[in-house]
Amino acid sequence: MNRDRNPRWLGRAAWATAVALPVTFLLVFFLWPVLSLMAVGFGGSIGASDPQTPGLSGFSAVFEDARTWRVIGQTLAQGCCGMALSVILGLPAAFVLYRLEFRGRALLRGLATVPFVLPTVVVGVAFTALLGPGAPLEWLGLDQSFIIIVLALAFFNVTVVARTVGGFWAQLDAREEQAARMLGASPVRVFLTVTLPRLTPALASSAALVFLFCATSFGVVLVLGGRAFSNIETEIYRLTVQYLDLRSAAVLSIVQFVIVVAVLLVSNHLRRRREQATQMRFDASQQVRVSREHVPAILAFAVTALLLHVLPIAALVTRSLRDADGNFTLVNYANLVHPPSSSKLGASVFDSILLSLEFAVYATLISMSLGLLVALVASRRPRRLAWRRGIEAFDGFVMLPLGVSAVTVGFGLLLTMHRPLGIGIDLRTSVLLIPIAQAVVALPLVVRTLLPVLRGIDERQRQAASVLGASPLRVLATIDLRVLLRPLGLSLGFAFAASLGEFGATAFLVRPASQTLPVMISQLIGKQGAENYGMALAGAVVLAALTAGVMLLAERLRGSVVSEV
Amino acid sequence: MTMSARKFMTGFAFITAAGFALTGCASDAAAGGDSDAASNEVTVIVHDSFPNDEFAAAASAATGYEVEVVSAGDGGELTSQLVLSADAPLADAFFGVDNVFASRIADAGVSEPYLPADLPDRAAEYLYDEQGSLVPVDLGQTCINIDPAWFAENGLDEPSTYEDLVDPAYRGLTVLLDPSTSSTGASFLIGTIAKFGEDGFADYWKQLAENDVRIEQGWTEAYNGQFTQGGGDGTFPIVLSYSSSPAWTVTEDGTESTTVSLDATCSSQIEYAGVLKGAANPEGAKAVIDYMLSSEFQDTIADSMYVYPIDDDAYVPEEWAKFAPLAESPNDLTPAEIGAGREGWLKTWSDATGW
Repeated sequence: MNRDRNPRWLGRAAWATAVALPVTFLLVFFLWPVLSLMAVGFGGSIGASDPQTPGLSGFSAVFEDARTWRVIGQTLAQGCCGMALSVILGLPAAFVLYRLEFRGRALLRGLATVPFVLPTVVVGVAFTALLGPGAPLEWLGLDQSFIIIVLALAFFNVTVVARTVGGFWAQLDAREEQAARMLGASPVRVFLTVTLPRLTPALASSAALVFLFCATSFGVVLVLGGRAFSNIETEIYRLTVQYLDLRSAAVLSIVQFVIVVAVLLVSNHLRRRREQATQMRFDASQQVRVSREHVPAILAFAVTALLLHVLPIAALVTRSLRDADGNFTLVNYANLVHPPSSSKLGASVFDSILLSLEFAVYATLISMSLGLLVALVASRRPRRLAWRRGIEAFDGFVMLPLGVSAVTVGFGLLLTMHRPLGIGIDLRTSVLLIPIAQAVVALPLVVRTLLPVLRGIDERQRQAASVLGASPLRVLATIDLRVLLRPLGLSLGFAFAASLGEFGATAFLVRPASQTLPVMISQLIGKQGAENYGMALAGAVVLAALTAGVMLLAERLRGSVVSEV
Repeated sequence: MTMSARKFMTGFAFITAAGFALTGCASDAAAGGDSDAASNEVTVIVHDSFPNDEFAAAASAATGYEVEVVSAGDGGELTSQLVLSADAPLADAFFGVDNVFASRIADAGVSEPYLPADLPDRAAEYLYDEQGSLVPVDLGQTCINIDPAWFAENGLDEPSTYEDLVDPAYRGLTVLLDPSTSSTGASFLIGTIAKFGEDGFADYWKQLAENDVRIEQGWTEAYNGQFTQGGGDGTFPIVLSYSSSPAWTVTEDGTESTTVSLDATCSSQIEYAGVLKGAANPEGAKAVIDYMLSSEFQDTIADSMYVYPIDDDAYVPEEWAKFAPLAESPNDLTPAEIGAGREGWLKTWSDATGW
């Protein structure tokens, strides 16, 4: 009996720790900084030109301004349209990349992640080079329009949908569809009545993620849209940095919080309605051979990839291979290793690549360990309603950083990280804060890739194991962890790629001497001289190649792990 | 390697420790005077176009202090960060606040006034105030640049003044920058206020908008993206850039530049340094400011930061003197005037243009 009692006590303690660690991490490095900055805003001690009275009077002033409503409207419109387009284009991609069996699939999967990590400035330049004045596609009339912003948002986020939905789709039991086909249902009908409803949990989760990415997009909206298309994120930047109007910025931060919570509630509601019904299989491959009926999906995927992804990236690569006079050359790449004498960068871009890789490793370690804990906790379905609600709140809390402005987090960290909690390190100017900030951003991604799969486990399986005498730890090891092995590699790659390409949060921190690659690229691109511009573009291509490489490795890792099971 | 695994483990231990310590709000207990920091160390916070490593090495050698450099964002971001952290300064000295935001530092009392003993003549001329709340280190000018070849090809006279930009003959040919996100754009806006007055600039911008001026958010998007001489497929022959830009478009034989900066449209951008109030090492900070004004550092400014050294005896490349001289009478306002009017002007500007 002793053997039985100990694990139960241990199990409770383990679950408590699993909740406490990520919550503490986010409280310290996210919520506390954000609330501190908002408190300074409402306190009115630091303000713009006119002396402000403390209190909440800022609300009426902000909401009486017609511009505020325009900005909120733009945020919601960009979030919705960006999400809708990403989901519509992402579904065929998820199907082709994760459900169909064909040669070169792993390579394609790796390449498909590239758009997600490209620096927004560079993508902005690439889109303008295709659609702007004097560009080959100028006749479409999309320059500085709402549509070009939505297209660019989809450029980044189709990948997210493909990954998060694809990872789930790959494990859906294929027999139900086969049965429906056998009974004479058309492929479209099977998709709409059998597949789509079963995908709903992953889809709802992924759509929420993409909505938040789109609604808080900073660089793309700024570069491609300008003031006319300002969203809450760019407006907070303007208010905080240019006007130092922290009160109005704080009001908008609250609006962001409200939007995030609303999105999570809707997504949770959609997910909950479907989740229990989903049958997943983890024992055998659920891949299907390519056949004629897959042609529409393959075509949709191919057209999306070519027009939305390959075209801008090709424009970028071509430009990186040209010098100022338009001649083809590799000199931009050579300059990355040996900076030209005219460009006094301090360190070569090559050094910043190494540094970025190093940071990304640490950020991945943090986000993976915390993300695993979060996913395990959030996938529990205790019988008591209060516990279930608590778990949902916990799950939502982890998503919060996605919906809150990077400026707010960055500046909030400045307020709070000077020897925080009585610890004698000034973290604000410490190199440690960079991987931590990157981990905050990558954490929700990790959770979103792991969670749908874990939630797909039939609770009865766990109960059966318990009844047969398995200790809770053993249940976890034999059921949950075994299932997790598959999406783990994928999640790992995603977290690494996201950390590698992270720009927003890093850019608003105070950084010790060395720079990460995305920050370096944005600095190079803002400098005069054709050489710097060329190096920035070449650096972006290298970042893309690195990402693709990492994702390919992650796919391999996944394969080998699974084969051992 | 900058970050060893051991350092990381310390960090990880910190995270865990932080978790267990999260019961009280003891955050302020440790604040106030970093007396335990070795007095030989001095930290400078700079904007993101600074030659960090070279400066750290050279300044350490010259001052005898151990100089460390940390980067903030651009000039605007740096200013806000300094104001926000006034109670517990991020560093001992700062560099990179420009004349658009200088008043914010002075008004918030973020800096500790310091007047270096031997100030170059031009630095004295551009001082923020008599006490030396901010000390000028370099200067540049934002100016309209044009592509003369384009105008020759299209049989159009080259524009040369602010007024020309609103001439219908040049409709749809100009790219400017958003003054509410770009300090280059803000500098141009200030130039138009200096030229047309607080009562007249809104009307001028209305005419610009009617003349189909294009607004971009950043310098790269405007110059590299839209300018006919920007190295890409740009179609606009008139762009807002810097007085130094023509030095970057010199032909291979070095005899001429393919772009021209218009002297009548220039406005000065001055970058300041200063000692932060509450600095752990104020003496070290002063030594670093002295070094920034020394001829050793002033000689490197043109090459590393693409702006003019404040000391007009310091080195600038030959091409600069030839193709990119500073305009003699830029359209300037004092930093204090800018500070008093800045937010109001941006509002007026936004209302006038509808952008």
